[in-house]
Amino acid sequence: METTLDTKYTFKDFASDQEVRWCPGCDDYVVLRSIQKAMADMNVKKEDIVFISGIGCSSRFPYYMNTYGMHGIHGRAPAIASGVKLANPDLSVWIVTGDGDSMAIGGNHLIHVLRRNINLNIILLNNEIYGLTKGQFSPTSVLGQKTKSSPYGNTQPPFSPGELALGSNARFYARIPGNNPKGQIEIFHEAQQFNGTSLIEVLQNCVIFNDGCFDHVTDKTVKDEKQIYVEHGKPMIFGKDRDKGLVLNGLKLEVVTIGENGIAEDNILVHDAKQEDKTLHQMLVNLAYPLVTGVIRSFEDVTFEEREDTLTAEVKSKSKFKKTDDLFYAGETYEVQ
Amino acid sequence: MNDVKIPEALETVVVRFVGDSGDGMQLTGTQFTDTSAMFGNDVATFPNYPSEIRAPQGSLYGVSGFQVHIGSVEVSTPGDELDLLVAMNPAGLKTNLYALKKGQMIIVDTDAFTAKNLEKAAYASNPLTDGSLDGYKVIEVAMTSLTKEAVKEVVGLDQKSIVRSKNMFALGMVYWMYHRSTEHTIEFLEKKFKKQPELAEGNSKVLNAGYYYAETLELIPNAYIVSPAKKAAGTYKIVMGNTATAWGLLAAAEKSGLELFLGSYPITPATDILHELVKHKHFGVKAFQAEDEIAGISSAIGAAFAGDLAVTTTSGPGLALKSEAIGLALMLELPLVIVNVQRGGPSTGLPTKTEQSDLLQALFGRHGESPVIVIAASTPGNCYNYAYEAARLALEHMTPVILLTDGYIANGASPWRITPVSEMKPIRNHKVLKATENWHPYDREVTTLARNWAVPGTPGLEHRVGGLEKDSITGEISYDPENHQKMVKIRQEKIDLVRYNIPDQSTEYADSGDLLVVGWGGTYGALHTAVHQMVKEGYEKIGLAHFNYLNPMPANTEEVLSKFKNIVVCELNNGQMVKVLRDRFPQFKYDQFNKIQGLPFSNNELLETFKNYL
Repeated sequence: METTLDTKYTFKDFASDQEVRWCPGCDDYVVLRSIQKAMADMNVKKEDIVFISGIGCSSRFPYYMNTYGMHGIHGRAPAIASGVKLANPDLSVWIVTGDGDSMAIGGNHLIHVLRRNINLNIILLNNEIYGLTKGQFSPTSVLGQKTKSSPYGNTQPPFSPGELALGSNARFYARIPGNNPKGQIEIFHEAQQFNGTSLIEVLQNCVIFNDGCFDHVTDKTVKDEKQIYVEHGKPMIFGKDRDKGLVLNGLKLEVVTIGENGIAEDNILVHDAKQEDKTLHQMLVNLAYPLVTGVIRSFEDVTFEEREDTLTAEVKSKSKFKKTDDLFYAGETYEVQ
Repeated sequence: MNDVKIPEALETVVVRFVGDSGDGMQLTGTQFTDTSAMFGNDVATFPNYPSEIRAPQGSLYGVSGFQVHIGSVEVSTPGDELDLLVAMNPAGLKTNLYALKKGQMIIVDTDAFTAKNLEKAAYASNPLTDGSLDGYKVIEVAMTSLTKEAVKEVVGLDQKSIVRSKNMFALGMVYWMYHRSTEHTIEFLEKKFKKQPELAEGNSKVLNAGYYYAETLELIPNAYIVSPAKKAAGTYKIVMGNTATAWGLLAAAEKSGLELFLGSYPITPATDILHELVKHKHFGVKAFQAEDEIAGISSAIGAAFAGDLAVTTTSGPGLALKSEAIGLALMLELPLVIVNVQRGGPSTGLPTKTEQSDLLQALFGRHGESPVIVIAASTPGNCYNYAYEAARLALEHMTPVILLTDGYIANGASPWRITPVSEMKPIRNHKVLKATENWHPYDREVTTLARNWAVPGTPGLEHRVGGLEKDSITGEISYDPENHQKMVKIRQEKIDLVRYNIPDQSTEYADSGDLLVVGWGGTYGALHTAVHQMVKEGYEKIGLAHFNYLNPMPANTEEVLSKFKNIVVCELNNGQMVKVLRDRFPQFKYDQFNKIQGLPFSNNELLETFKNYL
């Protein structure tokens, strides 16, 4: 049920009094402002919001939010956040993490939080590099990339965060460039409303150590032609003139031009983010051109805490134990006079 | 009636039941324990399972055993040497004979002494006939055949179930020997097999058959009576240490009015605490089996931040994995209970054996200046009290608390006088419910230096915490050199102040004299028994100071140590507490007695050590 708060917030209400210390020009500033704007009209009380992070540039995030927050230890934010949410399911819990934090040192926690489907939201700021330790390759750095720890080129093939997420049975996965605040705000809203674990991958430019790594798809001059922003229930159309679209050709997605070769808008594939079957979602995740952004998968499933609640209610209704003492005196006891 | 023997009265008796892992030895031992406890004896038990999950039948490494120590006087350990060995097969006899006192009794199932089983147990010849058991009283009983005979009229029993019930035959015999009634076990069988009445009937018949067999054929010298022990009045229950630990946590949650959250990952020998707590959803317990040790403690830290009584349970290797997160918890100054059921280390070490070698890890095993409270339980039953105490101290002082138990007391069982929650100490906590002017998350209580606990969901108290050093007033990030020094000192002093919230150290027997025996944790039973015996033998100038509070130590520790000419620190490690004492109280001279075999102290080795001083 939708509730309306008495308090009206603006994005400023979510800004803490801490000076933001990211490098000038970092995409993290954009994401921070987007989340503050999104939160202003999420209909969630400020005191019910918790931000949890690990370690890395991204993980400074909680300090800048005027909500409850914890800057944890490297890679463990999903586990800490799971504890927060299970302790108090009424809270809106957000994890902010990076590619190293979530897929290297914390890879185990990421896959398990996705598998369990606890109702919390993960913002993954992927800049394909280690920033805070000053420029080593990360699990998403491309092959051959020269970094401080790979002076002759990276020899470790990268993860695709989207594929990793779907492989871990993520129910919600979205991808959005760091320079698309409008899309970010929309997706943050959807993630908040989604009942289950939401993973939002932000393609975040690191101006210092990996500047321009997403330029080939995110630069102003190319983004409309190289990206598609998908929305559930809408045909998957893109291009500056919105004349290109996706169709299925056999087992592959294909880019077609509307108006050419007899293709009309009706022939364009309509995005179904909510289906359980992830075959198409996987194809969208893996598509090289155009880069798929927006909410790719949003399949509503039973959450971990719902399963637990059901079980707890059932056990409670059947149990003869009301107080701890009942347990002590049940079963074999004997009296000493 | 001339040949009626006067039964020989023994103060304590140690019985061990051994057989194949499928022979039901744990159940047999537990039944003998419960019946003896109800009879009024003091009891202490220890199980000995094979490490293999399903070892091949009849093999030496597939032997499962259960040892019970019953007494008309206080018994504090499961006992060293056996008065009776019940061996259901050759492998059991072979692997356990070493523990039997010379001249004492062995009951064997002769049906199991087949050529095949003898070969599996690596016997070149049959020990029942080759004279190798001449120094013992061997009672040979064709238990399997007699069991089959006993149930031949019970309808609906298959061959497998019949053979499996032969443990009841052995139990029946032992009941007769020690004048125990079969009543309790028959009730137990009726309950256990409520839905399979043929099994209840079959097992009860076999139990009685064993009892009457021992009586009628007069095969067994009826020589032992173990009369009831004197214990404090009350309602008792036999509990294992791990169960008691879980219950102490439940009691603390109820008393403090908080919900209990457990974040844990299975590890021997701590897993039974998880097994117990997952059962108690009816009390609202949130027991979360995480993906690894680190996620176990991290989820608990999250739950503590959100206002639950948060706990993580583990053993040595898991404590090592959790050390970074413990550092976070102490930096955040959140209440958190970490239970470490110690086992033999280092590395994978001896997972099923006991050791006290994690004391230094608990005290110092973190980077940076990172003091936490460390306490230890010392008996299976008082795991209840110290788990409760760990929760109380964590909540009252806003800090992680490490509770040390060990495999020996965790799996051992002893009578526990049920202590209802109403009899436990009250527990304060530091939650703040309302915003006040000029509030800061690291505002501290003057007496304890505990910070206040503002949990998410409370309006007006939104704040951020983290692993970075924080300003002593505002709690915001601070890299200021003076501030860091100040905060390190505050965190240390906060732990030091706990000494005013714990009891003084007591000394048993003499409180001054020639020899002070010092121990801590799970060795209490062995040390107490040995010192008790010394005093009984006329050595009066010996005292025992057994520690449960290790950091901080009780305020009167120095005084306790100062009253004796000699101090011997006895530990199941290479000398860890003695290191700490030498550091904290360097004015005294310490001797040490260490055993590092994965085994508890035996009475004889302790007596021998102590007698050197007196």
